[in-house]
Amino acid sequence: MTNTTDQFAEFADVSATTLLRFATAGSVDDGKSTLVGRLLHDSKSVLTDQLEAVEAASIKRGQEAPDLALLTDGLRAEREQGITIDVAYRYFATARRRFILADTPGHVQYTRNMVTGASTAELAVVLVDARNGVVEQTRRHAAVAALLRVPHVVLAVNKMDLVDYQEPVFAAIAEEFTTYASELGVPEITAIPISALAGDNVVEPSANMDWYGGPTVLEHLETVPVSHDLTACHARFPVQYVIRPQTAEHPDYRGYAGQIAAGAFRVGEQITVLPSGKTSTISGIDALGESVDIAWAPQSVTIRLADDIDISRGDLLAPVGDAPATSQDVEATVCHVADQPLAVGQRVLLKHTTRTVKAIVKEIPSRLTLDDLSQHPNPGQLVANDIGRVVVRTAEPLALDAYADSRRTGSFLLIDPADGTTLAAGMAGESFATTKAVSVVEDVEGWDF
Amino acid sequence: MTTVVNVHETTDSPFALSHLDSLESEAVHIFREVAGEFERPVILFSGGKDSIVMLHLALKAFAPAPVPFTLLHVDTGHNFPEVLAYRDRVVAEHGLRLHVASVQEYIDAGKLRERPDGTRNPLQTVPLTEAIQQHRFDAVFGGGRRDEEKARAKERVFSLRDEFSQWDPRRQRPELWQLYNGRHAPGEHVRVFPLSNWTELDVWQYIAREGIELPEIYFAHEREVFARSGMWLTAGEWGGPKDTETVEKRLIRYRTVGDMSCTGAVDSDATTLDAVIAEIAASRLTERGATRADDKMSEAAMEDRKREGYF
Repeated sequence: MTNTTDQFAEFADVSATTLLRFATAGSVDDGKSTLVGRLLHDSKSVLTDQLEAVEAASIKRGQEAPDLALLTDGLRAEREQGITIDVAYRYFATARRRFILADTPGHVQYTRNMVTGASTAELAVVLVDARNGVVEQTRRHAAVAALLRVPHVVLAVNKMDLVDYQEPVFAAIAEEFTTYASELGVPEITAIPISALAGDNVVEPSANMDWYGGPTVLEHLETVPVSHDLTACHARFPVQYVIRPQTAEHPDYRGYAGQIAAGAFRVGEQITVLPSGKTSTISGIDALGESVDIAWAPQSVTIRLADDIDISRGDLLAPVGDAPATSQDVEATVCHVADQPLAVGQRVLLKHTTRTVKAIVKEIPSRLTLDDLSQHPNPGQLVANDIGRVVVRTAEPLALDAYADSRRTGSFLLIDPADGTTLAAGMAGESFATTKAVSVVEDVEGWDF
Repeated sequence: MTTVVNVHETTDSPFALSHLDSLESEAVHIFREVAGEFERPVILFSGGKDSIVMLHLALKAFAPAPVPFTLLHVDTGHNFPEVLAYRDRVVAEHGLRLHVASVQEYIDAGKLRERPDGTRNPLQTVPLTEAIQQHRFDAVFGGGRRDEEKARAKERVFSLRDEFSQWDPRRQRPELWQLYNGRHAPGEHVRVFPLSNWTELDVWQYIAREGIELPEIYFAHEREVFARSGMWLTAGEWGGPKDTETVEKRLIRYRTVGDMSCTGAVDSDATTLDAVIAEIAASRLTERGATRADDKMSEAAMEDRKREGYF
């Protein structure tokens, strides 16, 4: 008990801790719930009353041992069916870091859920059953992580206890996965042999696998770098809201409020306003009450300019000489997330950063099969969980970056103007970092002559 | 117990934000999105710590301009007097507009019936949803956090509600990147939860960092309480204690603020923010598990209430 208390006392001072958002992906029986349950449990994030509730519910269901999946299955329908239907977010902390875990269901038909979880993730954990190795579903998860440009991927080779903790089994799976994921352009892959059930290499290093010299899952989560070299990023600031108090105290204050989407901005810097193309100089940056000289992503700030120019919500500020081109033609990969289909000729709304414009789907050149990354030409429409290429024409010019350059200013939503449904998640530009692995398959049956 | 252990430095870049700065930045972004996209937003304000943090974030988000939202308090009629006093003081200090929807008025008018257990928390749903309809609010900020409860873990930051304010967990919009979709038909509205990704500890650490004032009941004080269902409840006109229950004076504090009939106090000697934070960090009980009777009614109590329009 004393130990536990001491350990928690560390959390009281967390001024220097950072936040890591990550997502888990795994097939139905790969042990994802067990891994999540163990991370929460062993990091002391499951509290007594939650555990008691799970125990009581397990007994009521006639189960002998507490079913840790009940911790994460929050909806009545999920508990009744014993499956996870929807993304849930979990929170836990260690002395080093705070974690937001997007717990995404592993079923094939829920690709949209993994896309949702991966969209905000800095890291994805892909689970594999050591007995089965890399299977179709593993390749799908790697492809989604690559498509969403998740910077770090962890391959957790689970159930090592069921293969006698043999190094060659792990090494073969790790190599096959790493080769595949690297070809898709996943920048960093860490493979870890684990047993979520027995607790090997999840939080504590495993005594059963002394041949493994790498970090445990939690250790890796705690130490993986969360921010990138912002000086190498193109600075982007979508204007969210214009702050103009017009009070006696602040008669002339005019500030452009927003969250810096990428890179850094400095006082004195020359900026271009898009889509108008007007230029000005940053005269001040207010970081939530404090005047600063420099601010960077993802800080929410208010930027003041030297000139009184016409700027409103939906405009984008970028450094002079490093502004994205504006265009009314968007070519992108989309993941279709709605139950109603998306068809060629359909009128939609496109939400990009703080700007929503009318648009029309001009073409759907191909649909991607995640299993083998083959492209099927001209499918005519995309249905729920499909991933495909689209060409969209917008009513107004957009300052859209390639998703490869900026996840924040290269992403967009397609929305049904009739009922507001989110139809698709869009990523502008090329699908994968390398196109080597993408083979175009002539889908003869798909052609309608 | 409050020994400070070395915190390992994981900030690999001078541009890394602390977790509180990340959460603050995200919440401010959400407030500004709503201000930019909705006509009639309102902040649900109970005088509890989560709504106090929401108001603080809103003040920072729009400074030096005033907060462009009004406030709405659903008054159960069994509120702690200290909290009501705090509410009125804050409203006056910042020149805000406050709407009050009163459960007591609904009961007096015969539109709601008192429950046999005396708990008024579930009774808030009707006055809340009617106030939303009456004032035609199209975005309603709530202080709900996903770490509070397993049904809330499934809640979106932008949560579309139909004309009856109902939540349908199976028909939620996927939430991608930071692109929040606030489209809604007339009569529908969106519940917005800027603190979705905060935990109880984050809220307290932020309160300490920002020096935010709180109602005194959050800190240890002597109070007349009695035991019911394993919790300490404050004696009052709402129906406690019963004949079999005895009142005693104890040193307690509250972890949550709500209706007096179902909000329990915990034994505590934490009189400062630092002491409260140390206490929460060491607690083996969740906030709601320790202090909320209404969540113990059934396994899906929160989900069921949310479906009906609760926040």
